[in-house]
Amino acid sequence: MREIKYEDIVKAVRDHIIYSGTNLSKDALAALNKAYEEEESPVCKEVLKQLLENADIAANEARPLCQDTGLAVFFIKVGEDLKVVGGTLKDAINEGTRKGYEEGYFRASTCVWNTRANLKDEIGYNLPAIIHFDLVAGDGLEIEYAAKGGGSENVSRATVLPPAAGREGIVNFVKGVISDAGPNPCPPIIVGVGIGGTFENAAISSKHALFRTVGTTNEDPTLNDMESELMTKLNNLGIGAMGMGGRETVLGVHIEANPCHIASLPVSVNVQCHSSRHTSFKL
Amino acid sequence: MSKTYHLTAPLSDEDVVQLKVGDIVYLSGIVYTARDTAHKKLIDLMDEGKELPFDVKGSVIYFVGPTPPKPGDPIGSAGPTTSYRMDSYSPRLINEMGQKGMIGKGKRNQEVIDACVKSKAIYFGATGGAGALLARQIKSAEVIAYPELGPEAIRRLEVVDFPLTVVNDTYGNDLYEIGRAKYEIKD
Ligand code: SF4
Repeated sequence: MREIKYEDIVKAVRDHIIYSGTNLSKDALAALNKAYEEEESPVCKEVLKQLLENADIAANEARPLCQDTGLAVFFIKVGEDLKVVGGTLKDAINEGTRKGYEEGYFRASTCVWNTRANLKDEIGYNLPAIIHFDLVAGDGLEIEYAAKGGGSENVSRATVLPPAAGREGIVNFVKGVISDAGPNPCPPIIVGVGIGGTFENAAISSKHALFRTVGTTNEDPTLNDMESELMTKLNNLGIGAMGMGGRETVLGVHIEANPCHIASLPVSVNVQCHSSRHTSFKL
Repeated sequence: MSKTYHLTAPLSDEDVVQLKVGDIVYLSGIVYTARDTAHKKLIDLMDEGKELPFDVKGSVIYFVGPTPPKPGDPIGSAGPTTSYRMDSYSPRLINEMGQKGMIGKGKRNQEVIDACVKSKAIYFGATGGAGALLARQIKSAEVIAYPELGPEAIRRLEVVDFPLTVVNDTYGNDLYEIGRAKYEIKD
């Protein structure tokens, strides 16, 4: 049994939140640079230039990259032989989130669903965090974190297709979602696709797919092939940076697939804007 | 070919009718911030026949909910939010109160596009996710109404050379449609 202190988790979470909210992730930065080099449309090239400048200013002056500093989303693998002392793991994640957002001068964006009243005084600054736990063998603690903004979340969609729809049905569904989204999710975007499992499995997989490093290939050749096909089809939509018409609409397509019920083919599309603020660390 | 303009808000009819989709505008002067909840409150005041917290005639409204300022700064990061959430409110402010400009990101509905034609107003796009860069062009910020809304309060901003692109002009054009059609490759 390994012991880990509550305060150490709080501090690590706080620090990673502040760093990733002000320093654009390396993979997103590289992808934006490439898009800037390759874009033919002058207005989109100008937008991409502004985004690269913005990333510079944010990093140099420790300012939030975007005013929508998002909801804090975590995927956490906890070893069965790990014990947190001084509090619970869930409380530590929430407390680290509160501190990171408040001390980083980030925005508190959680509210009551109907009255829309901000929850900063009731539950805590930008709380609750969205946490997905997975219990694994060993005594490790692996934390993946992303700040998820509202603009790209609002265009995300899930459905359950009939199995006969197959690969083509999935490709068409994804294309439809991104076409309808147009300029709204702040393109260039990263597209996470979750296939299979139950309805909620597909949605969670589509979110988790966004944590993969942009520019990497999928280990599964079938999925890798679908990713390339989608990448071409989505860029062919002509949406461009901020939807103003251009070639560079999608920085990456990431697919995760799960076994599913013999009667169904669930598919979910989760969109990530260019402001891809994600990180992972072990404690 | 797109043109570049330097304009000062509040805007006049002459300022806006010269603009065409795709034009670049560097905007200086006074801009007011408002998101969904603040817009709803403005419309409620109009329905009750009460005075609004700022003079809407000629005004430019920026759809933004900034991050809190660091000590010594006028404002935190301040890029645009998605504009469709204001679609049900903007036409009345344009047609009945004389609003001349909106700053946001993303598509507007036909009613907003029609209001821009009928009452001569412009929908400007600012770069979403460029909040740190755009904040540099904001020289002062003062909450003038609804402080309880936090980031959604109405603020009076003084901006200098704030970089914008004309998305919907006074002639019914839509940059998102035109731009996309130009670069679309059909299967
Ligand atoms: S979609 Fe992303 S970049 Fe655009 S405003 Fe929201 S968080 Fe910022």
